[in-house]
Amino acid sequence: MTAAAGISACFLIDAGDNVATLLGDVLPGPVAVVGSTEEIVVEAREPIKLGHKIAVRAIAQGESVSKYGVSIGLASKPIEPGQWVHLHNLASHFDARSQTLDLHTGGATDTKYE
Amino acid sequence: MAENDRKTFQGYLRPDGRKGVRDLVLVIYTVECAQHVSHAIAEGEQDVHVIGFPGCYDNQYAVRLMLALGRHPNVGAVLAVGLGCEYTRPDKIAEVVRESGRLADWFYIQNEGGTRSSVDRGKSIVRAMREKLSQTTPRVPMQLSDLTVGCECGGSDGTSGLAGNPVVGRFFDRLVDGGGTAVFEEIVEMVGIKPILLSRAANDDARIQLDAAYEKAVRYCQEVRQYSVSPGNFAGGLTTIEEKSMGAFAKSGTRPIQGVIRVAESPPRPGLWLMDSVPDSHFMQFGYTNPNDTEGIMDLISSGAQIVLFVTGRGSVIGSPIAPLVKITGNSQTFARMREDMDFDAGRVLAGKLSLDAAADELLAMILAVAGGEPSKPESLGHREYFVMYKHQDTPLLALGCRA
Repeated sequence: MTAAAGISACFLIDAGDNVATLLGDVLPGPVAVVGSTEEIVVEAREPIKLGHKIAVRAIAQGESVSKYGVSIGLASKPIEPGQWVHLHNLASHFDARSQTLDLHTGGATDTKYE
Repeated sequence: MAENDRKTFQGYLRPDGRKGVRDLVLVIYTVECAQHVSHAIAEGEQDVHVIGFPGCYDNQYAVRLMLALGRHPNVGAVLAVGLGCEYTRPDKIAEVVRESGRLADWFYIQNEGGTRSSVDRGKSIVRAMREKLSQTTPRVPMQLSDLTVGCECGGSDGTSGLAGNPVVGRFFDRLVDGGGTAVFEEIVEMVGIKPILLSRAANDDARIQLDAAYEKAVRYCQEVRQYSVSPGNFAGGLTTIEEKSMGAFAKSGTRPIQGVIRVAESPPRPGLWLMDSVPDSHFMQFGYTNPNDTEGIMDLISSGAQIVLFVTGRGSVIGSPIAPLVKITGNSQTFARMREDMDFDAGRVLAGKLSLDAAADELLAMILAVAGGEPSKPESLGHREYFVMYKHQDTPLLALGCRA
């Protein structure tokens, strides 16, 4: 599952998915897409951490974000290939509270500590 | 593989015919007021574990859970300790455990004269139990088909669905193919993937049970406005419950799901089973479905699982009483950082160092070693976290026999 030496990799679980999971931390630059796909390269547009998702193609606002071949939510903003896909641009079909959490830490922001 | 199927290890035969991989004395307290004394009794004693229920007002679910744990295959003797004021009855716990053929005793702290005399009395009881167990518990050869293994995941991250849970899934396939029993839970982490869940049903009965359990879980999540995702999951790259669900479900492997069991119910036959731990309808609701990882692990142990696997991408330091906990991570960064706590690095699959099948074989060998008496990391570190809460689940109609 590793890509060519020197280039970071992300894993596309289902051939129809529009996001892939980072296999290591990445900085902006080329990332090999491996898994259920012919090996292609996507340009990361920002730093993204291990386990997080990168868009492997453009996703329109309101379009399903697909991973494992299933819809894991809807794009809340237009997403470009190579962008980090997370709480700021992907919303669950079920869970509304997650939209209020801190983007980077996942920390709760809606409980009062006073 | 076939070699592992036939591999035997020495277990402990209980009077009710169940086979355990540990030979434990369990102290069960029946109210928070008896908690300190119970832990003081177990302190410094070999193979004496503690669980208990904090409430003074009793709860049918908690009583059923404690009775299942008191008659667990890994438990040979129980001492129930009460304060003396509470609703939950230590005498009844001891009576039910004794009916299973196990050693059992109980007392009220108020009748013993206080802390020191209660601890002294408790210590003399558990030491006598230990002595008797070591002299009388028959050792018995066990193999894979004698094992029930539970699996929970917690502190999941983006690697859990790619490596940690898939490796467990392949291990579960091997366990089921070898004639053993696999139990997984967390229906609240199947939200959004109903068609995939139902497609795994072994037959129509199982499909009806899975459908009902799924609908109940979604309804409960909507009512209490809690989905089973935590800040650590988000920090680890998971964005939605649907995404987490797909990763969590991977731990079930690929074999047919035989049916749904409730907390404190044992699977009626070998194979893969889903445990429903979500509260049933009740005017008090009983709070969140998945308050912490330990609660789910206790539920799994109540199925009779002699060993429980815990998959954690972010890392965790918990253990469990009664059944050894084996901790697996799909994140090699986590494994390196928390090496003293984590048993198995499934992240090697993501690095291309190991195939999923090779990892599952390695995990199987590790489980057989733990079953044979080798301590898991949390066991060596002395971790025995437990959590028994107020909850409501409809009492199974035992007279009707197994529901599956």
